[in-house]
Parts: sequence; C-alpha cells; structure tokens
Amino acid sequence: MTRHDKYTRRDALKCLGFGGAGTLFALAGGVLTPMDLALAGTDKLSKRAAVKPLFVQISDTHIGFNKDANPDVAGTLDQTIDIINGMAEQPGLILHTGDITHLCTAGQFDQAQQILSRLRVTELHTVPGEHDTTDPGAAQYFSRFGKASNNKGYYSFDHAGVHFMALVNVMEFKPGGLGSLGDEQLAWAMADLRHRSASTPLVVFAHMPLWSVYEPWGWGTGDVAPLLAELKRFGSVTVLNGHIHQIVQKVEGNITFHTARSTAFPQPIGGEGAGPGPLKVPPELLRQMLGLTTVSLVEHPRSLALIDSTLTGAQ
Amino acid sequence: MSRLVLFGLATLLVAAQSVAAPPVATDTEVTIENFHFIPATLKIAAGSSVTWTNKDDDVHTVMDAAGVFRSGALDGGQSFRYTFAKAGVYRIACSLHPQMSEVIVVE
Repeated sequence: MTRHDKYTRRDALKCLGFGGAGTLFALAGGVLTPMDLALAGTDKLSKRAAVKPLFVQISDTHIGFNKDANPDVAGTLDQTIDIINGMAEQPGLILHTGDITHLCTAGQFDQAQQILSRLRVTELHTVPGEHDTTDPGAAQYFSRFGKASNNKGYYSFDHAGVHFMALVNVMEFKPGGLGSLGDEQLAWAMADLRHRSASTPLVVFAHMPLWSVYEPWGWGTGDVAPLLAELKRFGSVTVLNGHIHQIVQKVEGNITFHTARSTAFPQPIGGEGAGPGPLKVPPELLRQMLGLTTVSLVEHPRSLALIDSTLTGAQ
Repeated sequence: MSRLVLFGLATLLVAAQSVAAPPVATDTEVTIENFHFIPATLKIAAGSSVTWTNKDDDVHTVMDAAGVFRSGALDGGQSFRYTFAKAGVYRIACSLHPQMSEVIVVE
C-alpha cells in the first residue's frame, strides 16, 4: 500500500495547510512524520537532527517551462538554490534526479547549468529524465553530463561511506509500458552490488520511480525486480526518484522508496484527471508544492534520514 | 479546433473506413489534447501527410513504435508533420506518456 492510496488531493491540500508556513515530512526509523515547518526555519530542527546533511536531492527543474502552472521556473530553482546555499551545514553533494530541462534544447541546458552553478556545493550528480532525452541520442544531455558515466548515463560512486548508484530508466521507451533499465544496465548494477558488504548504506537514484506508483501513467520501472531482490540483503537502502512531482513513499523491509517534489510545478495524484500534466494551483499555494529533499546519515542505527521541505519554508 | 470540425473529421474517418482507402494522398490534422491523439485511428493512402499539433500545456512527442520516425519535443502549440511514403500499420506513441497511442493504417 502506497501512502497516496489513502489520500485524495483535497486531503493533501488540507495537509499542506496544516503547518501554516507549510508542512515538512521527516522520516526516522521508517516512520513518516509530518512536522510543523515553523521548526524548519529555526535552529531547533537542525539541533534536533544534530547531523550534517549528507546530500540534498532536487528534481524536475524543467528549465524552459513557461505555462500557467509556473511561468517562472528559473525563479523557483533560484529560490531552491538560495535555500540550499543558506543551510548552516553545507551538504557534501547535490543529486538532481532528472528533467533538468523541459524541451531538451541547448539553450535550456545552458540556462539550467548557469543557475545550478550558483550552488555553493560544487559536486553535482545527475541522471536524465525523459524530458532531457527527446533529442536524437540524448546528445545535449550527454555532452554536458555524460562524463561521469562514460556516456552510458548510469554510474556509481562512494561518498562518506555510502554507496551511490545512478540509474537511467527513461531511454528504452515502450508504448504502454513503464520505465525500463535494460539488460545491459541491469547486469552492470547487479555486478556493482554483488561483492559489496550488506552493511554499506546504499542510495539508488533514477528519474522515474523504481517501484510501481501508478502504472496506467507509466509511473514505475518494468524490469527492476532482479535489482530489488539484490537490494534486499542490504541493511539500509534509500531509493530516490523524481518524475511525478510529488512525495510518495513506501517502506519495504530495509528499503525506503521516496519520490521528491519538483522545483518547477506540481502534478496531479496518479489517476486524477486526463494525465500527469502540470497542475495549476492558486499562486499562493504553488511554493508549498515545490521543494527539495535533505538526506542525513544517522549513525545509530546506521541509516539515512530524509527531510522534505517546501520553498515556503525558507521565507 | 472546434467541435464541429472534430465532428467533421470523425465523420470523414467513418466514411473513409466504410469505403476503399482514399485513392489520392491527403493531408490530415491530428490534435493532441488531454493526453490523447485525436483521432485515435486513421486510414490514409501512401504518400499522405499527417500533421500533429499539441494543444496541451504539457510536452508531447510523436513517434512510431517501430522506430521509423520520431519528432522532437513538442511544446504546447507546436506541430510535427510526417509523410507516410510506405503502406503499413503504424503504431503512434508519445515517448513521454506511455498511455497515449494512435493507429494509422497506410494503404
């Protein structure tokens, strides 16, 4: 059962109003807890958490989008970066889980890179979204971000004792299907994990959800099962995705699946309306539905803690 | 596109299906709206062109599932035109939204 099964959009909006300044979800020990965002703007939260942020996840910046749902996506990304740059403890790195641009043009990639270069944290790791790969061969994306993966798109690295795996599930499109990793990537991922100690905390990130959120809209990854089976033996696994522009979370054993908000525009809950298009909300609600995810390493027991915050929280 | 025009297109389509394939090449408009290709089925003669226009706020693409052709990203208001030189059954999809499909029969 996923979290959103039980809630309608109206409930979600109610919940958003809950904290006044916004609502923040903190995950600790597998329990998702809404907290008043008034705490987030103060030192109380950072003291309570008492941990240095390991990394920040941003997603779905859609640079180039200019329709009613948010005519200023550059502005909301700027605001997101101000929030990150303003964090008392700077995270070690930033993950961008795709849809960097809206239409995959050189100009949009240039603008996105220019805005992202304002981050004080210089280590940025990306995966492409389907919006970043609509040009032939995804040349625009790979010419800028291909180096980390030798132009394969998927790669892994270690940081602070945590193993990170970046996966691409937007390149093998099948009509009527879900996201797909493909045999070659899957074999690489299995080999990358095989000899790794089960006590190594893992972060696996990709654009489209690596678990089934809403299949009629393609919100899932069709061939992920062997990888999930391999992940089960690890003590702490955090699977991070974007694509659906809203937080949906599931905890299964030691694996936490979590999708991030967009910095650009919200999307409807799966199945509500004709399709997963930009959701127009009253302007005063927009920044409550955009945000970022901060992930910290907790030592006892060794696991990761996720905190989602909205753009409203920083004001 | 007005409902009248859509109705007209639908009528033409029904007419086209009830008789033999059009003998001459035509130029057909397809609308992409509310995450649907309209019309969802189409029968045309070889050499005909189809122009897809995206009326949604979201981006769509137009691709043939067999990999014969593929548009780039179409923002709201943008169009893509393709001329079907060869007969066959073309399954059309949007590479961003797997639930969208259209079948074009070229005779």
